[in-house]
Amino acid sequence: MATLKLTDIKKQFGTTQVLHGVDLNVAEGEMIVIVGASGCGKSTLLRIVAGLEFATSGQVDIGGQDVTGLDPAERDVAMVFQNYALYPHMSVFQNMAYGLKIRRMAPEDIRKRVAQAAALLGIEALLERRPRELSGGQRQRVAMGRAIVREPKLFLFDEPLSNLDAKLRVQMRAEIKRLQRRLGVTSLFVTHDQVEAMTLGDRLVVMHQGHAAQVATPMEIWSRPADTYVASFIGSPAMNFLPGTMEGGAVRLDLGLKLHLPATPALADGHKVTLGIRPEHLCPGAGGITMNLELLEPLGSETVAHGRLPDGTELTARLPGEVTTEGPLSLLLPSEHLHLFDAATGKRIGA
Amino acid sequence: MRRTPMAYLWLTLGVLVFAFPIYMTLIGSTHDASTIGRGDVPLLPGPLGGENYANAWNGTGGGRIQGQPAGLMLANSLIMALCIAAGKIAISLLSAFAVVYFRFPGRMLAFWLIFITLMLPVEVRIIPTFQVMVDLSLTNSRAGLIVPLMASATATLLFRQFFLTIPREYVEAAKVDGAGPLRFFRDVVLPLSVTNIAALFVILFIYGWNQYLWPLLIINERSLETIVVGLTKMIGTGDSQNEWNIIMATAVMAMLPPVAVVVLMQRWFIKGLTETEK
Ligand SMILES: Nc1ncnc2c1ncn2[C@@H]1O[C@H](COP(=O)(O)OP(=O)(O)OP(=O)(O)O)[C@@H](O)[C@H]1O
Ligand SMILES: [Mg+2]
Repeated sequence: MATLKLTDIKKQFGTTQVLHGVDLNVAEGEMIVIVGASGCGKSTLLRIVAGLEFATSGQVDIGGQDVTGLDPAERDVAMVFQNYALYPHMSVFQNMAYGLKIRRMAPEDIRKRVAQAAALLGIEALLERRPRELSGGQRQRVAMGRAIVREPKLFLFDEPLSNLDAKLRVQMRAEIKRLQRRLGVTSLFVTHDQVEAMTLGDRLVVMHQGHAAQVATPMEIWSRPADTYVASFIGSPAMNFLPGTMEGGAVRLDLGLKLHLPATPALADGHKVTLGIRPEHLCPGAGGITMNLELLEPLGSETVAHGRLPDGTELTARLPGEVTTEGPLSLLLPSEHLHLFDAATGKRIGA
Repeated sequence: MRRTPMAYLWLTLGVLVFAFPIYMTLIGSTHDASTIGRGDVPLLPGPLGGENYANAWNGTGGGRIQGQPAGLMLANSLIMALCIAAGKIAISLLSAFAVVYFRFPGRMLAFWLIFITLMLPVEVRIIPTFQVMVDLSLTNSRAGLIVPLMASATATLLFRQFFLTIPREYVEAAKVDGAGPLRFFRDVVLPLSVTNIAALFVILFIYGWNQYLWPLLIINERSLETIVVGLTKMIGTGDSQNEWNIIMATAVMAMLPPVAVVVLMQRWFIKGLTETEK
């Protein structure tokens, strides 16, 4: 168990800059999920923490100790890989024991630790099998077991659930969360699945093109996204964006509608802004915007309505119950659910 | 597959054609020298099998050209072939490991140099190699016989290709587990290469066993003579009568070790193949 501190981590492969200065402070026992689109540098960041890759500049501290230049072996971290990377010629027991054997632990202690971890994961019966004789979920457990027996300072997970089918993924997700809570080991978990991120993380790091766009709790990220990228990435269906201009402390949408905000932002008139509202916050009612319906997705308890505004902007609304109307649908934009972003920079404005 | 009888006929014919010389050798090794010397080619075994083989083994064939004991020559060949095969495998495993897993200056240069030596068979570099052995006073020694045949570009390339198919995650998992390079080599790379090693061993053993030109050149000392060289020396060039029965008995014995290696390793090899892990 330890803290983790990343200071201004930059990474370049040849001439391509992959990470542009990432800062992160992880408290003891915290579960941090790094989430972002494919190719944004999540794995690279994780591998820099593991010591499998070295940052071009910046500093990595684990448990208050600068480990920037150290090899993985000296960092006392354990990693679970996407394809599990279990040694195919070793039994499950040998796979789990390997790291301990290298650290010259006494055979009795190794047996005890492996037995403990196996019991925790419910894989006692599999210890003599080879990895190829296991199902995907069992392999996943063994890979977890290999990390657990080491009792490392940090757990690092690189998309460990992406090779599992949907049902198993949900089950393993809950199991990982429980296990992490129980063991209290500081963890970094990489995924590109936002549901996984929201459910697993104490805090999330939303990565965007090599930057940490926002570091916050899942609820905070959902309710107060730092920029339009985070706003559209987290939440499903994605947030709607409407262009507008400041006018006397209120927002004049390009559609013509003028909207007052709960707090008046300190922006000059004429400032271009983007107004965001989540599909679930739009509610039917007169006096708002009018959407021309294109597609209805009934989900039972609610209906997702896709359509366009008169100016052609796409809009999605999640409406309670069944929607039977056809043609134009009138929607209200409750002011307490509005998000305001700077049109030029995409950054959030105000509280 | 429907024309099975025809297929069997052709296959049987083929086998007969290929096997006949070997059968002749076997039969010849059971007659006396004069029977073969007369040009009669008996098709049935003669009475002298045990005696001929004993004479060949002990080098007591009599006659004008005294052969070395086949037992000694077989031992020499066996030592040479085993050392060459083992040496080639050890060296190429290590060099392929270096080329694949380490980033060092001149890595690609080293790789291409190894690759280029592929184009130079033993015969092409035999004179300079001989000169080097003379300078090192290694002529007429086992070391001089074996060491120059040990480096192997082919095996290095094969292992390199194989290592490149080992997922990168194994290296990384081992690094995180705390294994150093040699530990990783021993605990992961080597066990995964077992099948490849077995296959190469068969090929390299036979390659070593069949070496002719180099042993002929470097060894004058008859007690170090290998069986392939010794066998040809038993055949006189002049008008003396060759002891064909002894020569054939020796030839049969010279065939046995490669056959044994193929048979033994094949079982192992198939076991390795069926247990191949992904
Ligand atoms: N060894 C490397 N050499 C050159 N470029 C690399 C290397 N490793 C990664 N990259 C590049 O760095 C960028 C980030 O890669 P990274 O693997 O961190 O993405 P990721 O966020 O994990 O994506 P994914 O979700 O697809 O796994 C990519 O554009 C990739 O092409
Ligand atoms: Mg990745």
